[in-house]
Amino acid sequence: MSAVMITRKVRKWEKLPGKNTFCCDGRVMMARQKGVFYLTLFLIVGTCALFFAFECPYLAIHLSPTIPVFAVVLFLFVMAMLLRTSFSDPGVLPRALPEEASFIEMEIEAANGNVPAGQRPPPRIRNVQINNQIVKLKYCYTCKIFRPPRASHCSICDNCVDRFDHHCPWVGNCVGKRNYRFFYLFTLSLSLLTIYIFTFDIVHVVMQNHAGSFLISLKMCASTVLEVLVCFFTLWSVVGLTGFHTYLISLNQTTNEDIKGSWSGKNRVQNPYSHKNIMKNCSEILCGPTYPSVLDRRGVMQDDSPSLTTPATPSSTSDSTVPQTTKPTAPLIPNEQTPDDAKPSIAASTEISTSLTEEGEESAAHRVPPLASPETDAEASIAKAAAQ
Amino acid sequence: MATEFDNFHEMRHCALLANKVFIQRDYSQGTACRFQTKFPLELNSRMEQALFAETVKTLNSYYAEAEEIGGQSYLEGCLACATAYIIFLCLETRYEKVLKKISGYIQEQNEKIYAPRGLLLTDPTERGMRVIEISVFEDHCSGSSSPSSSCNGSSSSAMSGDCGTR
Repeated sequence: MSAVMITRKVRKWEKLPGKNTFCCDGRVMMARQKGVFYLTLFLIVGTCALFFAFECPYLAIHLSPTIPVFAVVLFLFVMAMLLRTSFSDPGVLPRALPEEASFIEMEIEAANGNVPAGQRPPPRIRNVQINNQIVKLKYCYTCKIFRPPRASHCSICDNCVDRFDHHCPWVGNCVGKRNYRFFYLFTLSLSLLTIYIFTFDIVHVVMQNHAGSFLISLKMCASTVLEVLVCFFTLWSVVGLTGFHTYLISLNQTTNEDIKGSWSGKNRVQNPYSHKNIMKNCSEILCGPTYPSVLDRRGVMQDDSPSLTTPATPSSTSDSTVPQTTKPTAPLIPNEQTPDDAKPSIAASTEISTSLTEEGEESAAHRVPPLASPETDAEASIAKAAAQ
Repeated sequence: MATEFDNFHEMRHCALLANKVFIQRDYSQGTACRFQTKFPLELNSRMEQALFAETVKTLNSYYAEAEEIGGQSYLEGCLACATAYIIFLCLETRYEKVLKKISGYIQEQNEKIYAPRGLLLTDPTERGMRVIEISVFEDHCSGSSSPSSSCNGSSSSAMSGDCGTR
């Protein structure tokens, strides 16, 4: 038996480091643990199904048909926001390629100078001044980059995320720059939906038992009891969460910064990102530009994997993940697309030369040994604990 | 333009990747995408400072245009929210449109300015918007160095492999 190198075309998401799971050939990106997300889906869909099945017919006839219509619209909006939050790239920063990593290492060594043997080198921190405030950029040992301001490394997903808010197990994904507004709209619309269902459940009970005594009014069908229970407990948590995030948005802070007390005001530290105006802060986050993903998931690359089988022709390794319509000069560096976009990437002819270099780097990236010890990130785990 | 393109491909076949220079982000005005205009010393012998400054300034202005929070972004945001963001399946966002413009601009700059000087600009989007990567190539067409030394194993093995076959 001889070892041969089989070159096959794979999508880049198959080779991405980090602990994410990908679906629909790289279009959907989530965290590894999805159990709580399925619970969220079940609770929302189940409660709404009971409401539509048991309450809505009565309410449509006795009150108004617009009540179920509005409930349907609200339910669809909630589901759209939930799926958008869960399935999109939160703003993951791709890890540094070997050249960039070694360039940064050289800069660090130059900055630190000669460290005497036996002494620990100083922590890898870069100071930048943002709006007359000194902000420390920390070095990420896993991603081998100096994290941009407001970025943080999520230990659950093992990625650096830009404008990291928190890792939410309920949506099964990190909440970061790209999906924060969807997350906020999800909590807001879910609060409205919960209040709506709760209110009309009570209205339904009151109306149905209007003539009877208190004891009779307690006679509610099982579905109503279930809905009221779910809504009651959901109300406190989701409405509270919406209120908390409204507060954060008005101050232009992230959950991560709030927990760490980065801009709490002691030592005269102010938030350099805040516009000092609630309306401006809100509009920046909710009506700001939609940032595209910089994590190339659906680009195609060559994968040189050794195989201990008898030599096989490359064409026979027909990969199920690679569509047959992929051209040989398929782009390795396509233009960025939004995560739910089904349009194929556009090839750029002059980038073929860089694409050849990219291939070498991509495969080499996995063979480079770690340059330093991995960092145990406490901040992400604190954020996770707080979000649960 | 076709002649410059052919020259670029010609150069690629006998060029070896020597070095990479990284232009870092400039965070002095916040987290908006902006790159430092400081001229890297490694490019001192390769190109004029003014041309480099012009490239970075234009890129910065494109990114500022993409991230501008004004009337158009509000309209886009409100319209998208009203349709539960499904409209983005059909329409391109403003940011994506500007990224396409940037991609075209970088391509044009590579063909006109950087390739003739043995340099190559990489779109920052491919590096997570963290750096502008400028690859510096050494020209080995003249045959001044022996084939074995010019095709040493390095991270640019793909390029040297190309050189080796010639």
